[in-house]
Amino acid sequence: MENKKLIEVKDLKKYFNVGNNAILKAVDGLNFFIREGETLGLVGESGCGKSTAGRTIIRLYEATGGEVIFDGINVHKLDKKGAKDFTKKAQMIFQDPYASLDPRMTVGDIIGEGIDIHNLYTGKERMERIYELLHTVGLNREHANRFPHEFSGGQRQRIGIARALAVEPQFIVCDEPISALDVSIQAQVVNLLINLQREKKLTYLFIAHDLSMVKHISDRVGVMYLGTMVELASSTELYKRPTHPYTQALMSAIPIADPDVEKARKRILLEGDVPSPINPPPGCRFKARCRYATERCSQEIPEFREIDKDHFVACHNV
Amino acid sequence: MEREKILEVKDLHVSFDTYAGEVKAVRGVSFYLNKAEAIAIVGESGCGKSVTAQSIMKLIPMPPGRIKSGNIIFNGVDITKFSDKKMEAIRGSEMGMIFQDPMTSLNPTMVVGKQIAEGLIKHQHLSKKEAMTRAVEMLKLVGIPNPDKRAGQYPHEFSGGMRQRAMIAIALACNPKLLIADEPTTALDVTIQAQILDLMKELKSKLDTSIILITHDLGVVADMAERIIVMYAGKVVESGSVEDIFYDPQHPYTWGLLKSVPRLDAENKEQLVPITGTPPDLFAPPKGCAFAARCKYSMEICYEEQPCDMEYNKDHFAACWLGHPDAPKVERPIKGRGVK
Repeated sequence: MENKKLIEVKDLKKYFNVGNNAILKAVDGLNFFIREGETLGLVGESGCGKSTAGRTIIRLYEATGGEVIFDGINVHKLDKKGAKDFTKKAQMIFQDPYASLDPRMTVGDIIGEGIDIHNLYTGKERMERIYELLHTVGLNREHANRFPHEFSGGQRQRIGIARALAVEPQFIVCDEPISALDVSIQAQVVNLLINLQREKKLTYLFIAHDLSMVKHISDRVGVMYLGTMVELASSTELYKRPTHPYTQALMSAIPIADPDVEKARKRILLEGDVPSPINPPPGCRFKARCRYATERCSQEIPEFREIDKDHFVACHNV
Repeated sequence: MEREKILEVKDLHVSFDTYAGEVKAVRGVSFYLNKAEAIAIVGESGCGKSVTAQSIMKLIPMPPGRIKSGNIIFNGVDITKFSDKKMEAIRGSEMGMIFQDPMTSLNPTMVVGKQIAEGLIKHQHLSKKEAMTRAVEMLKLVGIPNPDKRAGQYPHEFSGGMRQRAMIAIALACNPKLLIADEPTTALDVTIQAQILDLMKELKSKLDTSIILITHDLGVVADMAERIIVMYAGKVVESGSVEDIFYDPQHPYTWGLLKSVPRLDAENKEQLVPITGTPPDLFAPPKGCAFAARCKYSMEICYEEQPCDMEYNKDHFAACWLGHPDAPKVERPIKGRGVK
């Protein structure tokens, strides 16, 4: 039986005004859903709008257009009280564990802030809860009185995770939670996230540019390019049968730690760089770098359609 | 046939004197590099890989840094004791370096063409005009479209990938014998990373440059390097050919590195095997093996005595007591060639 859809994103748009009458279309029409208890991975190169999408979904940014339905409610149409309740349900883990913790607060206060705001526990119970959270993420209770600068990157990321868990959310947006960490520490944090999901039935939106890690942790993966989603499928399907030319290129560009495989395989090299999201070209966003681009691609925006069960692609030539 | 050695580093020790004491960043590193060969130094942040590279170029700030002992032999000459002036003549002409962050390592107030020409004017005594012509040629060589126009632009007008290409053009302008690339693709996206790695491979075969590639990503080196040096806490823990390191690694740290990265072509979602704990403090490195505290195979001797290099073949060494004839046999997590 499939779980219900916890989050539905419908034609979500987020534009930024960058001055000089220019508009940066960071996210331009996203459509997808996340089922309860699953991990949806979001990949793409820098500037493709994946972080903006994550932030807009949990209302750190107001949406320019479209809607995000969380458990039946539109998160961008909430009143003050509703907005506060929503922050208890949805939390975020940030990329940079150095910049996302207040250097003047102790770890205990950082984790306890959410508990205080939502009046979950007070006094002795509050401290017990903080110790419990520290224990959950693999730190110990003595750490509660220390400051963030006393911790390593991996430990700080654990503090960030404890802070997100403090309000017992249903949904966590993980915005590149491991990019800033060393490889041996990355595996520790990823294993922690997977175990927490199993224990607490969490739903994740996992944003990263490291496709192999995303494939490892996610049930389904969406590939973004220049503000739009070009392909969405289960992680095994996406790896076995990448259909969009951009996904194919992205897959082939990822280095594999095996010399025999690496020497034998053929890379699809993309020419040039990602174009600017300010006044993006009409039609398909990827056409300038696409090997299969036709006349139609520069005129019509390809529809994001289902080509197989749970496999969506936005390309004219599929 | 013996290949000619372009660089040899012997028992290099580098320390930094800080207010809190001496940080022993590099603690006895030895390796060599053949002519027209590419090797990779792999390790996590703080393992001393960048300090090793910067010591070769004498780019570490002295003080607080100092080369305590050891020798760096470049092109048959011991450059360890070279004066700044003598080093200046070598840097840029005989050795070039590419840095991780192309935005902060290019001069933002100078057009890119001039930055390439600078070295040519200084080292090859070209006239300004000749140097500029050569700079445009270099930009063309590294695959920048419209090199004429681009040479007159500032770094902020370049994208990340193009800046890294410009860096490569600067480093290779004087046709150096040795190119040190310190995490050249870490700041770049995968599709751009593929472009840059491809370019470096192409230039290596075209110009016969020897390359030291420094990275934390084992995937990047699989296709690029001939030999790999794995560093941990300021020491070389294992070195060998690419095949040795990937298919027959001997050091538990190398196993850990290989096992902690999920493979894109792996079939099932296997649990990752992380290396527990964190690297040791280099203010007071442990007496025995620096990896012992994080190693699940550690024995009593590991905490007591530094393991010496065990030889597995002519080029393959690992500093681990497990290689000692008296050590217990352990099951290796890396199964070898062709096995996922």
